[in-house]
Amino acid sequence: MTETRIVTKRLRDRPDDSWTIDGALASGAYEQLRAVLAKGDTADVQEQVKLSGLRGRGGAGFPTAQKWSFLPPDSFPRYLVVNADEGEPSTFKDRMLLERDPHQLVEGIAISSYSVKCNVAYVYVRGEFALGYERLARAIDDARAKGFLGRDILGSGFDCDIVVHRGAGAYICGEETALLESLEGSQGMPRIRPPFPAIEGLYAKPTVVNNVETLSTVPHIVRMGGEEYAKLGVNRSTGTRIFSVSGHVNQPGNYEVELGMTFRDLLYGLAGGVRENRKIKFFIPGGASSQWLTGSDEHLDAPLDMDFVQQTFGVMLGSGAIMVYDETVDPVLIAWRLAKFFAHESCGKCTPCREGTGWIEKVLYRMSHGLGRPADLDLLVDVGGNISPGVVNAPFVQTTICPLGPSAVSCIASLNKFFRDEVLERLRNDAGAHA
Amino acid sequence: MTTAEPQAQKTTVTVTVDGVTFEAQPGELVIKAAQEHGVYIPRFCWHERMEPVGMCRMCLVEIEGGRGYPPACTTPVADGMVVHTQTDAVKQIQDGVLEFLLINHPLDCPVCDRGGECPLQDQTLAFGPGESRFVEEKRHFPKPIPLSELVLLDRERCIQCARCIRFADEIAGDVLIDFVDRGDRMQVLNFEEQPFDSYFSGNTVQICPVGALTASQYRFRARPWDLSTVETSCTTCSMHCRGAVQSSSNRLVRLLAVDSEPVNHGWLCDKGRYGLEWVHSEHRLIEPQVRDGGVWSEVSWPDALDRAADAIETAKELHGADAIAVLGGARGTNEDAYVWSVLAKGVIGTDNVDAQLGDGLPAEFVLGMERAEIADLDRARAIVVLDHDLRDEVPVLFLRLRRAVLELGVPLVDLAPAAHGLSAHAAVIARTVPGEPLAANVHDEISRACEGRQGRVVVVVGRGNLAAAADSIVGAAAELARVHDVRFLSALRRGNVHGALDAGLAPGFLPGRTTLDAGRAWFTDQWGGVPAERGLDAEGILRAAADGKIRVLVLVGADPVSDFPDATLARRAIDAVDTIIAVDGFESESTKRAEVFLPCTLWGEKAGTVTNLEGRVQRVGRKVAPEGTAMDDWRIAAELALRLGRDLDLATVDEVTDEIARVAPAFAGVTSELVKSARDGAVLPVAGHLDEIVLRTGELSIMADDGSGTSWDPIKVHGEAPEEPADESEVTAHVDAPALHVWDRRAPQPEAPARDAYALRLVVGRALYDDGRLVSETPLLQRLVRDPDLRVHPSDLARIGVDSGGQVKVTSTRGSQVVAVRADAGVPAGIACMDFSADALGAALLVDAGQPVVDLRVESLR
Ligand SMILES: Cc1cc2nc3c(=O)[nH]c(=O)nc-3n(C[C@H](O)[C@H](O)[C@H](O)COP(=O)(O)O)c2cc1C
Ligand code: SF4
Ligand code: SF4
Ligand code: SF4
Ligand code: FES
Repeated sequence: MTETRIVTKRLRDRPDDSWTIDGALASGAYEQLRAVLAKGDTADVQEQVKLSGLRGRGGAGFPTAQKWSFLPPDSFPRYLVVNADEGEPSTFKDRMLLERDPHQLVEGIAISSYSVKCNVAYVYVRGEFALGYERLARAIDDARAKGFLGRDILGSGFDCDIVVHRGAGAYICGEETALLESLEGSQGMPRIRPPFPAIEGLYAKPTVVNNVETLSTVPHIVRMGGEEYAKLGVNRSTGTRIFSVSGHVNQPGNYEVELGMTFRDLLYGLAGGVRENRKIKFFIPGGASSQWLTGSDEHLDAPLDMDFVQQTFGVMLGSGAIMVYDETVDPVLIAWRLAKFFAHESCGKCTPCREGTGWIEKVLYRMSHGLGRPADLDLLVDVGGNISPGVVNAPFVQTTICPLGPSAVSCIASLNKFFRDEVLERLRNDAGAHA
Repeated sequence: MTTAEPQAQKTTVTVTVDGVTFEAQPGELVIKAAQEHGVYIPRFCWHERMEPVGMCRMCLVEIEGGRGYPPACTTPVADGMVVHTQTDAVKQIQDGVLEFLLINHPLDCPVCDRGGECPLQDQTLAFGPGESRFVEEKRHFPKPIPLSELVLLDRERCIQCARCIRFADEIAGDVLIDFVDRGDRMQVLNFEEQPFDSYFSGNTVQICPVGALTASQYRFRARPWDLSTVETSCTTCSMHCRGAVQSSSNRLVRLLAVDSEPVNHGWLCDKGRYGLEWVHSEHRLIEPQVRDGGVWSEVSWPDALDRAADAIETAKELHGADAIAVLGGARGTNEDAYVWSVLAKGVIGTDNVDAQLGDGLPAEFVLGMERAEIADLDRARAIVVLDHDLRDEVPVLFLRLRRAVLELGVPLVDLAPAAHGLSAHAAVIARTVPGEPLAANVHDEISRACEGRQGRVVVVVGRGNLAAAADSIVGAAAELARVHDVRFLSALRRGNVHGALDAGLAPGFLPGRTTLDAGRAWFTDQWGGVPAERGLDAEGILRAAADGKIRVLVLVGADPVSDFPDATLARRAIDAVDTIIAVDGFESESTKRAEVFLPCTLWGEKAGTVTNLEGRVQRVGRKVAPEGTAMDDWRIAAELALRLGRDLDLATVDEVTDEIARVAPAFAGVTSELVKSARDGAVLPVAGHLDEIVLRTGELSIMADDGSGTSWDPIKVHGEAPEEPADESEVTAHVDAPALHVWDRRAPQPEAPARDAYALRLVVGRALYDDGRLVSETPLLQRLVRDPDLRVHPSDLARIGVDSGGQVKVTSTRGSQVVAVRADAGVPAGIACMDFSADALGAALLVDAGQPVVDLRVESLR
């Protein structure tokens, strides 16, 4: 089993200087920008991105070229906003890209800005990423000094600059419209859609919001050509993705692999298998918001294909973070810890999430601390259904404004699906103990 | 339209909600369109006067062909849209949302002001689950906490709908409250050490869907089902916001805003909303009194009336009718004003009558200018503000203006003497200097502001500066009258001043906007006589009184010593008059010396009509029986007339209304019947506004038919356009009646001295919470009165050599005072602003009515 290093190539090849301008230039940085500007065809970049089949790496997996195409053709100014808020628990790939290859991102931003005809891009960096912020800021300065940013880039007549904004510790600010609110100086709360950001985004102007990894991929698509890139991967999941593997594996870390690889190959082949040769009890395949999979062969042998896992198991590859739990783990405790996160991070704007996540957390706390009641599991399923109707039997929808509320229900649906008997038995025992 | 004609292009969209198909306006929200066609979609956060936010999720519906459950409050209708609001899935969502809202709710309904009119209670009944499945501990907060003197917050009851926050931000522009924290800890708060001091804070209490916001005045005072309600208009200022006044045990306890499209859009200011207590004040005088040898004694009404009539008769016999003067009449109804007009002009025969106390604008201008309606602001080409700070003068007019400018994008031309709440949004600012003509380029500036726009220019004109002669405002108005297609909207603030002027309580005028000369023949016919010559206005009356020429002064709810801008002159006049007859509810600085005191009814105790600043005649309601033996002002006048030998033959207030409609030209057609049936009243003269009349099709109700509370949603009265257009002839004055007065656009040239470099020119404006009776007798509002300090530009402060907050000595031709001074960059250099007040430190002691302007010497005390 091997990685397919495209986006992580420079940072793996040059562990000592990949983030510096010299290191980056020595390994081909900004050549694609130069080529694109020399060619002077904005439509061509969009076409290549379209052919590449690139889908957003931030979580929702929306086709990037299609998102760009929603910008109304004649409305200016428009903005590109880079989502570097990476707050999804167990996700740590964007952090690595920021800290260790900021020039790749800058080049991706410049090319994408050129392609969507935007002259100012904003990067919203998670507040805790001190090093990532420093290195990105430095990279932007260095790029500007070398003429890769600023006025009349490389004599092409194209102006583009990047403003970096640091977040203040709210997970919800990773949600694109809350991010825009926060950028504008308001409380980070998602907006009601429509209007969508492509029509009315930052400062009510047309706006594209893309993830760090998504934009870091763009120079490579330009280099390889969209068709070539699309040859990597499987079905509509083209190319590579970085997976942040954590939990009870022997070698946790970021792995960039071609999509279509199986979970087993990733977890056992690359991440070294489970500690002390234990069995996987369950794993979360796409960040804390996703529903879970188990250590069954059916699940482990499934391919890393966004649509396949969604359609077959109702789970998502989401932010590309896989959390592995071995058989010693109490799934109720994990569910409580996840619920606690969402209750803490709910922005409070809409009723079902504001009140529901808190309720779920309280019930799961009791359940995981020996104070459960037999009716609790069904209560949770029902309450969860009021946040995310149909959550247990996909396709689910939401009563909330944004997907954060439903995310808090994923753990309940998973508990119910895979561990119902175990949980019920335990609740009965707990109730007996307290009777 | 006949079938032969081509089908006009369809401008509406066809929508089906729960099987009912109707036409709706494109862009209209599903929740609103459905409601207008009889389908009520439950909601908490949506309020039709504010932008939707889609937060509470109570209004989720199903739309055929769409995915999921969109909120009806954020989804606009589209052609062919089919909406379902009653499916099992939707009901399940409503159950769920209600359950979520209740889990952390304290459910202390028995001690909650909202209990009985609470949508959370009601919707739980109608749509909610039977019992709670929540066994965890609820969220707790200390409760309640004050957001201000007027508004208390119970955070446990809050359902985070943001109505209050949005109102403060969007409607009032007072961004003083916001959410802090997030998730289920999210709460409404004011900023640290900055209370929610908005003039409009009471609206948040009314629109809060639960009992989270309570009014310190109403808290625990009553239960909604014990209240009885009457529809009325607030007459605390001249806007006449529509309201529903409620009482319990013959005490006024609450005024709720009614949503009137032409007037107040469902809002009230706090002064109007909470200024009820004065009616029941212990200081109120509620029995007639006479003074003998300096000692007051209560007497019977007949004795008091005889005494007053005798004084009038004697003075008239000895000194002529001109020795009698009547000041006031702007606080009562049109009927009150009219009968006083009959008494003074028709019976006594004096034209020394003025409803304004030198704090308004000449009747020639106000009654004869080409008028705009409030709603014209919304569709204006531009709005010119020739006044001071409307927020302090006519608060809800300020809200309408703010909406027109901020929301509807009407350009604002700001000619106020100093910056005010809307200056930041003005397209053009050209500060008026008291005593000087308008800037030479003002016409160019107005044209510039209007560029590319249609409609009329509306000039909002008031008496922004009590320290400068009213003539300069009229001069400026005459200049602005040259603007193409211009209309004027009066911002004179005193309660029913427009009704009183219309009723003829001004020198040179007779009822119905007709002059003494034009109306002489007609009114002589009607009344048996009118004064021979034009009389004196308030300033003239006070001067004549000071010179001993006024023997009997009748004060009808007037207190010149406190209200006339030049207190020195007023006091001199009051001291010189032989006999003062006071018709009032309270003893005042001016009525202290009265010989006869006749207690009159106040707002809430009397029914009748009033006329607002746009000339709209609306009803006021009688909610409580008068205190003591207080009598309606009009009845007092009729009783006096009888004693002076004239039986006016008026038995009920409706008879007075009908007589006004018959004899006063501008009121033609405004019968008691019309006023009762027209939901939004009628704008004078009705002949020009017939198409605006909407007939009421239902009565006002605070509780909806199903018993659920509605006071938190806009309270509306149903109405529809009349089936047949009214007959013009019914609203046209009699052929013999005189024509309406037209302002001659005469432009008095202000003759102010040049400004000298060492003096500051004084601008005396109004503070909403002033030292008037309503505020001083309402303890809650009394606490909000701000100290009248002198506000000057920072550079002047530096020149004077004093720090902001320090004391200075100010000297005018009237004398010297020591006042606190404050730096205010909104005040132009060379100008000093002060709120009007007649107390010991007040501006009234600096103003000299004999001077066109007041220039102050300001010295540091060091
Ligand atoms: C609660 C929530 C948190 C999110 N956090 C992130 C994040 O930290 N980083 C990110 O790139 N996208 C995040 N997203 C997804 C963004 O809303 C958005 O889809 C993404 O930035 C689009 O970029 P892409 O198309 O390149 O993936 C989050 C979404 C939700 C609902
Ligand atoms: S779902 Fe949660 S995070 Fe999203 S808007 Fe609603 S309250 Fe805020
Ligand atoms: S205090 Fe009332 S109006 Fe304000 S957010 Fe809470 S429930 Fe809504
Ligand atoms: S604006 Fe005037 S009429 Fe309206 S509530 Fe206030 S005082 Fe009353
Ligand atoms: S009324 Fe629509 S979400 Fe609150």
